[in-house]
Amino acid sequence: MPRTVRDVVFVDGVRTPFGKAGPKGIYHETRADDLVVKAIRELLRRNPGLDPKKIDEVAIAATTQIGDQGLTIGRTAGILAGLPQSVPGYSIDRMCAGALTAVTTVAGSIAFGAYDAVIAGGVEHMGRHPMGEGVDPNPRFVSEKLVDESALFMGMTAENLHDRYPHITKQRADEYAVRSQEKAAKAYANGKIQADLVPVSVRRTNPEAGETGWGLVTADEPMRPGTTLENLSGLKTPFRVHGRVTAGNAAGLNDGATASIIASEDFARENNLPVKMRLVSYAFAGVEPEVMGYGPIPATEKALAKAGLSIEDINLFEINEAFAVQVLAFLDHYGIADDDERVNQYGGAIAFGHPLASSGVRLMTQLARQFEEQPEVRYGLTTMCVGFGMGATVIWENPNHKDAGGDK
Amino acid sequence: MSTTAELLKGAAELFPDEVVTSAHVRHLDLPFGAGRFALITLDNGFDHTKPTTFGPQSLANLDKAIDQVEAEAAAGDIVGVGITGKPFIFAVGADLKGVELLKEHKDALAIGKGGHEVFKRLAALAVPTFAYYNGAAMGGGVEVGLHCKYRTVSKALPAFSLPEVFLGLVPGWGGCTILPNLIGADKAVQVIIENSLNQNKQLKGQQVFDLGIADAIFEGADFLEQSLIWTAQVLKGDVEVERPVIDRGEAWDQAVAKGRFIADGKVHGAAPAAYRALDIIAAAKNGDLQQGYDAEDKALADLIMGGELRSGIYAFNLVQKRGKRPAGAPDKNLARPVTKVGVVGAGLMASQLALLFLRRLEVPVVLTDIDQERVDKGVGYVHAEIDKLLGKGRINQDKANRLKALVTGVLDKAEGFADADFIIEAVFEEIGVKQQVFAEVEAVAPAHAIFATNTSSLSVSEMASKLKNPERVVGFHFFNPVAVLPLLEIVRGEKTDDASLATAFAVAKKLKKTAVLTKDAPAFVVNRILTRFMGEIQNVIDEGTPVEVAEKAVEPLGLPMSPLVLLELVGPAIGLHVSETLNRAFPDRFTVSPNLAAVVKAGKRGFYVYDSGKPELDPEVAALLKQGDVVLTEEQVRDRVLDAVAQEIGLMLDEGVVAEAQDIDLCLITGAGWPFHLGGITPYLDREGVSERVNGKKFLAPGVASVPA
Repeated sequence: MPRTVRDVVFVDGVRTPFGKAGPKGIYHETRADDLVVKAIRELLRRNPGLDPKKIDEVAIAATTQIGDQGLTIGRTAGILAGLPQSVPGYSIDRMCAGALTAVTTVAGSIAFGAYDAVIAGGVEHMGRHPMGEGVDPNPRFVSEKLVDESALFMGMTAENLHDRYPHITKQRADEYAVRSQEKAAKAYANGKIQADLVPVSVRRTNPEAGETGWGLVTADEPMRPGTTLENLSGLKTPFRVHGRVTAGNAAGLNDGATASIIASEDFARENNLPVKMRLVSYAFAGVEPEVMGYGPIPATEKALAKAGLSIEDINLFEINEAFAVQVLAFLDHYGIADDDERVNQYGGAIAFGHPLASSGVRLMTQLARQFEEQPEVRYGLTTMCVGFGMGATVIWENPNHKDAGGDK
Repeated sequence: MSTTAELLKGAAELFPDEVVTSAHVRHLDLPFGAGRFALITLDNGFDHTKPTTFGPQSLANLDKAIDQVEAEAAAGDIVGVGITGKPFIFAVGADLKGVELLKEHKDALAIGKGGHEVFKRLAALAVPTFAYYNGAAMGGGVEVGLHCKYRTVSKALPAFSLPEVFLGLVPGWGGCTILPNLIGADKAVQVIIENSLNQNKQLKGQQVFDLGIADAIFEGADFLEQSLIWTAQVLKGDVEVERPVIDRGEAWDQAVAKGRFIADGKVHGAAPAAYRALDIIAAAKNGDLQQGYDAEDKALADLIMGGELRSGIYAFNLVQKRGKRPAGAPDKNLARPVTKVGVVGAGLMASQLALLFLRRLEVPVVLTDIDQERVDKGVGYVHAEIDKLLGKGRINQDKANRLKALVTGVLDKAEGFADADFIIEAVFEEIGVKQQVFAEVEAVAPAHAIFATNTSSLSVSEMASKLKNPERVVGFHFFNPVAVLPLLEIVRGEKTDDASLATAFAVAKKLKKTAVLTKDAPAFVVNRILTRFMGEIQNVIDEGTPVEVAEKAVEPLGLPMSPLVLLELVGPAIGLHVSETLNRAFPDRFTVSPNLAAVVKAGKRGFYVYDSGKPELDPEVAALLKQGDVVLTEEQVRDRVLDAVAQEIGLMLDEGVVAEAQDIDLCLITGAGWPFHLGGITPYLDREGVSERVNGKKFLAPGVASVPA
């Protein structure tokens, strides 16, 4: 049968505020699946034009798929969110790029014609599911030296990246981190972030963590506005003695969830849904696991090549800030300045936090806002590094641009 | 210390074992920049299986929380105050254990006043107040929310009620006064009187909203978030809350009159709570809240010191606690698994039992009878009942298919019972027939199988006596209608062993029945007492008292129906049969009425005709009656009947038919529908002085179902 590849669009995205993992974190007594449910319900409320019966799939990513992140969370979250039972769901895992992969996977299926509209997102409750929970690496990784032993510890891979690029100093990383906090604080002050957050009710029974009873979370907990270089210079380097990676120039351990509506462009237009971004291309790439932070570079190369674009065509970047060094390696590779204003305009994961498998959709939601504000920009990209040596990049077109939809 | 704090401190000393509810105050920023908000969470620190209640210390905690938010509101630090509960529970009202302990009118008054004083402070705060009914809300839980300015309710809320009248109280922390002023007297009467007297019927979230008790309703998945967003919109003026105007004219009086009609129909004036509540609702018409609160305090204190409430709480505890942990039941670990059930007989009773076992146990159930036609009819009955459930949407098609596939009927007991673990007989009530049936079953059933009999009056021991393994036989006596009455009398025969008994109790629990262990004594518990009761009524009629005088004599008890209407329900022939059985066992106390025998002989199904819409003595029955010339007054009849009941219960306890008087009451409540305000019957006999007059002592120690000494 004849087939036409269909255009895929990002309709809308929301997220829970992100929390700090651990006993004093805002979500310590909140289930991971409930976080996803709140995000999905907010999406549906914001998009009444989307008949829930027409949702073809719920793809939810989580890195640690056990307990409240297990049981095929895409399916369970759909039921818990009140979607019709006829709407199926599944789970996705590509560690930090989980939600991003949820989006690209369903996008491929939409382009192919299998779906019209899908919910894609991710969740990670790193308080309930600390990194490495229940892992059982094959001993051959070490015995056959398939990967370096540091590959499983993300902080160590970041130190390794500093080794590879000695010109990316701790000073530069700290300066980048301070700017991320500043930009995030400014974005908050200008109301750029709150509009895409869903408030979450949270219960606390432990008085050591603060006031007990029910509360409401309306803002990201990890933010540290007013952070200075001096604050950062004294922080410990937990991954290596005299190292460069600190809690200040890396994303923290966080809890949170994201969700987005991805649809065929025709479906979105027929149902009067917003078209916030049009998918241009995506790519994943593998690199040496012990320098996983390098991953976004080859992934972006591939994605650009597939799109027939060059880096000069990209005028907005949403790069996940797992570590400042990883962002700087990317910027150096493309000759982009550390403080280039096209990069992470609202700040990044160093300020907001990085609940692993949820972060990809946060990048997209923020890029979509920036597209809306800057119709002169035609292309932007979202990119992130992934554990065990991978990178993931999605290139988007701004539908508000005058040439959007036409030839390049 | 405020007067409230003093009041509560005094009450708290009387109730050291209170499960204390905390009132946590937490601050949050409302969405849309609506401001800083204080949210109070009521939480007793346990999970949802132990719902949050209000005792004196709990009220004091809420009082303290209000101190804090009051100061913050006055200082302009907060824009509003909310109150909600722990997961799945809002709050289920006053702690009944604390109520039971109260000995003096002034302490009872203090509890009422204490609650009012605390809750009123919420209404008086300088900022708007919001209640978020997130889960089960009853009594004082409902009332604390009524004192708030606005309310939201969760669509997932499973149970919401003002159950006070059901127990023997009035909603006395504002319920009687505020509710009619909020939603009108008609709807308030529905909640406070009608639902309460209708076996404590619960409202669901949607109904709470539809009645106008809550101003907004949100789904359970993000109920609190949406409630807080709504709160922000209300505070910013983006949402306006509209409430219908209350009709304070004739409609109010009509609603109260309707309430009295409902109360009369249920308790026949025999229990005061509903009437006290209606008096307060009637007076609330003028909108004077404080006057209403004072009346609530007075009513609450009077009722707490009265026998009906104590009986009500006693009865409630019997059903809720003793009914779930039967006295004298053996270790439940001795119970054997039941994976297939056999039913001997395929008549109406047998078919009803088959349906019950099928629905609750979901194991194969096989019916047998003496010919194929009866077997087919029995299976057909079960199939038809399953179809009815399907039609009503109580079960789905898959479940209907499953249940139908599980029920079979065979003629050959060997084929049907060879692998059955539990075999119950419901054949003709005749000892020889039953012995024969069990002998046949024993020949084909596995060695471990339990044999249960649904006999209502025959000896279980005698039935078992001819078997090789008499230790496997237990009495398993249901009450009609089987699907409605919860009681199951489990009878231990002389030789019944613990494993068989434990299995019987385990099965009863799966059947969701209230099991009571009884000795193998004639007619066990309920039928013996009812027969003595009816027998005495029949005696006074036979001796010459007019039928209507005899009937009216027991009206003040507030029984579910009059004695002769009950006889009609049971069937005069069955009534006669049981009285004959008991007459053989205890000829000095149980008589066989010649008039009843004549009515049965004439083939009459009852004493009354209903041509005029009301029961009137059937002229044909009247013609059959041969009465003496001793005419008693209602009071004399009542004394005679109650004396007989007290004597019989005293003798039953002496014989060890059941462990305690509590089991008698539990049987009467769950097997005969005798009302909570009588506490079954022994609390009533004690408080009316009947027990002492007849037996020289009370059945229950002071405080068990009465004000403690």
